[in-house]
Amino acid sequence: MSEPEPATEARRIATEARDRARFEEEALALADQVYRVARRLVGSREEAEDLVQETYARAFRSWRSFSPGTNMRAWLLRILTNLNVDRGRRIQRTPQMQALEETDYYLANKVASAAGEEALEQEVVVERLSQDSVVNALSEIPPQFRDVVVLVDIGDFTYADAAQILDVPIGTVMSRLHRGRRALKQKLAEEALP
Amino acid sequence: MSGEPCDRCEELLQDFLDRTLTNEEWAEAEEHLTGCDYCRRRYRFEETLRRYVKLSAAERMPPGLMDKLEQLRGLDATT
Repeated sequence: MSEPEPATEARRIATEARDRARFEEEALALADQVYRVARRLVGSREEAEDLVQETYARAFRSWRSFSPGTNMRAWLLRILTNLNVDRGRRIQRTPQMQALEETDYYLANKVASAAGEEALEQEVVVERLSQDSVVNALSEIPPQFRDVVVLVDIGDFTYADAAQILDVPIGTVMSRLHRGRRALKQKLAEEALP
Repeated sequence: MSGEPCDRCEELLQDFLDRTLTNEEWAEAEEHLTGCDYCRRRYRFEETLRRYVKLSAAERMPPGLMDKLEQLRGLDATT
């Protein structure tokens, strides 16, 4: 085996430095979106901030394992959710969803009986639920259901991306998503329409 | 049939809004929604609710975090 020519080696190093800088730029451009999802996966702003920093530290260290051309936002979220699990969140027993789940029309029915059928047509009715009550309701859904709702409904990930990020089958994503959304509406009804 | 609750339509609600229904299911839901105020209002409500949930959940990055992330650049696997 011969030593590479110094000129060839210098070129290789320069190319690698450029690829790496490009990777870092691309990752940093996604930071706001990554934070937005992280913030709803954990309980506090501080935790979200820590988690995002850990995620970027890990991502920058393992930049070579990212395949260019694939979805970097999903790749970053995969790192982030793994770190979140490592933090021991799931040491707590797997939370069970209440056996008796409300149906999909639950919140709408509550609103209709409080304000009338026609009220459902008016956007202001939804806006009467405060933004805080939405955030609170979201934080009260059991984590394994919340993760999916946050990734799909807030992070705009596809079912397939969410499945890859959470390392669960796509069917599991769909059933958790459906149940998570129902749970969210139930919590919202409890919070906002006593 | 206007104004009658409809279990089937309720069952299709989430997939309808996610646009993951089969063509047959889509046609089935559309046909029902055309004649049913009860379900149409609930679909509309759900759609607005989803938008609102997304809006409410959005929180921008705290100031300073970007600088901290910038400082992580160049971290090496060996460090």
